[in-house]
Amino acid sequence: MTSKATSLFDAKIAGPAVGEAFRKLDPRLMVKNPVMFVTQVGAVLTTVGIFTATADRGFIAQLAVWLWFTVLFANFAEAVAEGRGKAQADSLRKARKDTMARRLRDGREERVTAPELVKGDLVVCETGDVIPADGEVIEGIASVDEAAITGESAPVVRESGGDRSAVTGGTKVISDCIVIRVTSEKGNTFLDRMIAMVEGAKRQKTPNEIALTILLSALTLVFLLVCFTLKPFGIYSATVFSVPVLIALLVCLIPTTIGGLLSAIGISGIDRLIRRNVMATSGRAVEAAGDIDVLLLDKTGTITLGNRMASEFIPAPGVTVERLADAAQLASLADETPEGRSIAVLAKEKFQLRGREVADTHAKFVPFTAQTRMSGVDLDPSTAAPAGKSPRQGDGVRRIRKGAADSVRQWVLNQGGSYPDAVARTVEEVSRQGGTPLVVADGGEVLGVIHLKDVVKGGIKERFAQLRKMGIRTVMITGDNPLTAAAIAAEAGVDDFMAQATPEQKLKRIRDEQAAGHLVAMTGDGTNDAPALAQADVGVAMNTGTQAAREAGNMVDLDSNPTKLIEIVEIGKQLLMTRGSLTTFSIANDVAKYFAIIPAMLMVTFPAIAPLNIMHLQSPNSAILSAIIFNALIIIALIPLALKGVAYRPVGALAILQRNLLIYGLGGILLPFAGIKVIDVAITSLHLV
Amino acid sequence: MHSSDWLQLAIYMAALLAITKPMGLYLMQVLDANGRTWLDPVIRPFERLTYRVMGVDRTREHGWKQYTFAMLLFSLVSCVFTYAILRLQHLLPLNPQGLGPLSPDLAFNTAVSFTTNTNWQSYGGEGTMSYLSQMVALTIHNFASAATGIAIAAALVRAIARNSMATLGNFWVDLVRTTYYLLLPLCLVFAVVLVSQGMIQNFNGYTKAKLTEPYTIQVPKLDDKGQPVTTNAPVLVQAPKLDAAGKPVLANGVAVMLDVPKLDEKGQPMTTNLPVMVDQVVDEQVIAQGPMASQVAIKMLGTNGGGFTNANAAHPFENPTPLSNFLQMLSIFAIGSGLTYYLGRMTKNQAHGWSVWGAMMAMFLAGVLVCWWAEARGNSIHQALGLVATDGNMEGKEVRFGIFNSSLFAAITTAASCGAVNAMHDSFTAIGGLVPLFNIELGEVVVGGVGAGLYGMLVFVVLAVFIAGLMVGRTPEYLGKKIGAYEVKMAMLALLVLTLSILGFSAWALVSQWGLAGLNNAGPHGLSEILYAFSSATGNNGSAFAGLTANTPWYNVTLGLAMLIGRFLMIVPIMALAGSLVRKKISPPSAGTFPVSGGTFILLLVGTVLLIGALNFLPALALGPVVEHFLTAQGKLF
Repeated sequence: MTSKATSLFDAKIAGPAVGEAFRKLDPRLMVKNPVMFVTQVGAVLTTVGIFTATADRGFIAQLAVWLWFTVLFANFAEAVAEGRGKAQADSLRKARKDTMARRLRDGREERVTAPELVKGDLVVCETGDVIPADGEVIEGIASVDEAAITGESAPVVRESGGDRSAVTGGTKVISDCIVIRVTSEKGNTFLDRMIAMVEGAKRQKTPNEIALTILLSALTLVFLLVCFTLKPFGIYSATVFSVPVLIALLVCLIPTTIGGLLSAIGISGIDRLIRRNVMATSGRAVEAAGDIDVLLLDKTGTITLGNRMASEFIPAPGVTVERLADAAQLASLADETPEGRSIAVLAKEKFQLRGREVADTHAKFVPFTAQTRMSGVDLDPSTAAPAGKSPRQGDGVRRIRKGAADSVRQWVLNQGGSYPDAVARTVEEVSRQGGTPLVVADGGEVLGVIHLKDVVKGGIKERFAQLRKMGIRTVMITGDNPLTAAAIAAEAGVDDFMAQATPEQKLKRIRDEQAAGHLVAMTGDGTNDAPALAQADVGVAMNTGTQAAREAGNMVDLDSNPTKLIEIVEIGKQLLMTRGSLTTFSIANDVAKYFAIIPAMLMVTFPAIAPLNIMHLQSPNSAILSAIIFNALIIIALIPLALKGVAYRPVGALAILQRNLLIYGLGGILLPFAGIKVIDVAITSLHLV
Repeated sequence: MHSSDWLQLAIYMAALLAITKPMGLYLMQVLDANGRTWLDPVIRPFERLTYRVMGVDRTREHGWKQYTFAMLLFSLVSCVFTYAILRLQHLLPLNPQGLGPLSPDLAFNTAVSFTTNTNWQSYGGEGTMSYLSQMVALTIHNFASAATGIAIAAALVRAIARNSMATLGNFWVDLVRTTYYLLLPLCLVFAVVLVSQGMIQNFNGYTKAKLTEPYTIQVPKLDDKGQPVTTNAPVLVQAPKLDAAGKPVLANGVAVMLDVPKLDEKGQPMTTNLPVMVDQVVDEQVIAQGPMASQVAIKMLGTNGGGFTNANAAHPFENPTPLSNFLQMLSIFAIGSGLTYYLGRMTKNQAHGWSVWGAMMAMFLAGVLVCWWAEARGNSIHQALGLVATDGNMEGKEVRFGIFNSSLFAAITTAASCGAVNAMHDSFTAIGGLVPLFNIELGEVVVGGVGAGLYGMLVFVVLAVFIAGLMVGRTPEYLGKKIGAYEVKMAMLALLVLTLSILGFSAWALVSQWGLAGLNNAGPHGLSEILYAFSSATGNNGSAFAGLTANTPWYNVTLGLAMLIGRFLMIVPIMALAGSLVRKKISPPSAGTFPVSGGTFILLLVGTVLLIGALNFLPALALGPVVEHFLTAQGKLF
């Protein structure tokens, strides 16, 4: 399921879609789409008209054929859109094949089939096992191959506790052993929902789609009235309007173009999401994504690279920078956190201090704890000979610490040392720049400050600028202090930030924005994100996240890429834009169709109106037939647009409106004039009329 | 199309523009239950008294259902009241002419007509209505129906402006305040101005004048029962005159035509019933009198349009001077135009108000120019016969006003759902007559009837915003309020009702003997007359394409129904729309919401009105004025 686009008319999809188009002629299905249903009834009546007519049978037969084509083309569009989803569903379904599960009950293991599992069951999975159901890891750690759902071949780590505890049924454990608590039953698993979604089986009309359907149905009703009353108008005017001709007029006027493509647009919108490896739980969520105007983004991982990096050593007065770097490197040797490693790397790159083997130093490492907020190393010079340098003379054990400024300060003062003002100023300066200062001390002496910096992702600033043009405000969420947060916010170009944010504050912020009339989207992965994800109008959970987060959000990003929210918004917008543009096009088409059909209908009785035939169509029959053929072919011609969506550009709403009005409004008025004329010339030269 | 006419058009537009803001600002005070005006010291006591008598609590606001119910109840009661007066006018005072009661169908039609702000007149005012009927039964509606329209518009505007509320205002307060603070004072001033121009205002009996040159007219002969006597006459058709050799006789290269009897399939001459006409010598003229100025003031300001006299604003008493003509035209648009400013002010988006005004004016000016051009160009047949009036088509026009002022008046009165006329639209050229008809069929949204024009236009705004909103990739919202399925449904329902009434009744009339019985003209022109009648009734315009004898029971009833449908079946969905909108939360605008102001929006709105509102009528118009236009060019008359 990579984002490789299948060709629109792939034989594998188009072939079955043709058959499907005929199957969809079932009136019980057709009636759900009032516009096309009316067209179908018109086609039936015209077909009957072939046999009841006394003259012009060939013409009526051709009308009937094209009316049927109109209906079939619309069905075909829907079938193609569904077919593309089906292909994906089939590959997903393979992953759902019934597996055996090792259920733990009262401490004993028993083998059952996956469908027998119920919520709350405990299951053991070992290397090579397919995980039988969605669940949460409650014991152990394992690497899991999730290619079946994400298409990503690199395995991911799943472990109990923390934010990476959710596993998906159908994925495969490739090392170690885990115990899983089942969280969803058969038929309602993530995979099931995914299949249902791509197949469109559970597709419900979205609010905008319902509103649009009402508009289109009402327009259809209006034009039914127009054509129905035209008969008596004709009787008065001593002009006979035959039923097939009135039906032709009706079908040309009702919005068949959008009516025929409406469901294909909706299905393909969801399809486009899936191609980007995002699962939406409902079409409504996709639509809501287009309306988002506030985006809450976690700083870490979304705006900045996951980790802070050491960028500078700032020594205390009277201390050389090399000495600071050396001490910092020593203190970080056993620190496997990305920050710790970045310190060692920086010392090596800047001062050619090569890493020393942990064993050489005979050191005792002091790990970081939340209480001390420091880490470091204790060196015993009697047993150690640090490479390259002679150990410092003095008291026996050399203690080096690095950590938060106030903790180290307290530690230094406790040992009778002093904390220089210059270092305090440096700490403040680093914080103001958005960095994290780590103070390094060697015994009672403060050596200086390490500047840990958040690295803002490349290109993210431009992305936010685009969002701003789309009318979307970005809010950065971070646990950092306000000073740091402000600096990063400025660097990344977000509109607002929330510092020292707790899950409760996050939730409150969402509620406040919503109360002010905004629609809010956010991404999250942890269990404590769940309430906020549920509250947000669009909540995108990371696939790596907890089951709670995945349940709470209305979308899951299988790639776990928080920046993808931006693409989701674009897809949502595209979906609505395509509907709106094709509606405008469809209605605008009526002008030319009137100019084709009305003169044709009146020409026999009132030859005087010849000047109204501005397209100079050859004959009344040819004019009517050309309009109907154009009306049918335009559906086929627009299928690619319906599936691909109208191009979205991050410019202001007014610019988009002007552009689409020009293309689909003005274009919709002009194009049929040319199209109908061309068809008229073609069918006349072929002597079809 | 003289330069002086262009200048007058410019002055008219400038004057309209100038009064829009002050009118809007005054409306802000009038339509606010706690608003303050400089008339408070005089009117406030009466206002309070009125509430006390009616038992209205000024501070209590209504939800949409209550508001609508109050409006419907008020309309029903006042309609029945008017019906009663019209049926009993011979028993009531102020009837110096001793005019008899109206027939039930005519009384129904008239009562409905005035209740719905249509003022369609199936009767000639001076020959049918007593002074009491004119002043009480009808004038009361001229005020009340106008105030009702304004109240509904105000309720809808409040629905748009208010954030998450349930109520739309108090109908009785809106009704009373609009009447007391807006309509009555304005009319008082305007009536005095009209009197200064020579308009009459008295209670005298009609005066009779002996003609210096008596003349003879033909009138249908009536039998004892008052029914027209008819006779069988052969139907004639034209055929080329043939010479002895059977060749057509040519004169100047054109075949000479003869009238010959039309034969049916069996070869027998076809006959038709024709009324028997008798001569009648006219040697005296009755000159109508009456309290005209007071009637005319509200007729124009309230876009009622019901003339005191049958000739309406073409009558020298009812429109004495060029200035009175200008002021009457201005007063038709005055309140409707001011309401767009009120919309902008209330929604705190003045640019939006002006843009709605701009869209109205764009459509209005297009109509004026086409109509004026067609009339100035004249009738090709008259020109071929050498009868050409130097200045275009003067048939049916008052010479005092001429081509331009007649065309402008026609465009204004139909755009604004007023229906007063200073020329006979029936006598316009086909295209000139198409404009008033088209104006009405747009849904009376080009300024429109007071209030009705705005709420009609806002329906189109909702639809325009819906389609455009989708086009920019957001759930459509109008001034921060999301437009969903319910709003679209109500908006489309309001439009559907108009189409159904206009096309449905017209189609019925065209194929029924009752409908055809009223026609005085054949062919496409006859179709236009019927289409115009039902468009005018449904659009609550009230002007007529004369030439249709509409005072028959069938027309009185069907036109009455069309008026009721066009008014109330449109208001109910619109109020439901308001009820839904007022509850909605206002989302703040962002770069992702397109502005509902500026050139693009105006274009969008005009496009929506034309494509969704007017496209439905194209086939009908094609069979009427359009065909007539091309046939006239070929020398055919109807």
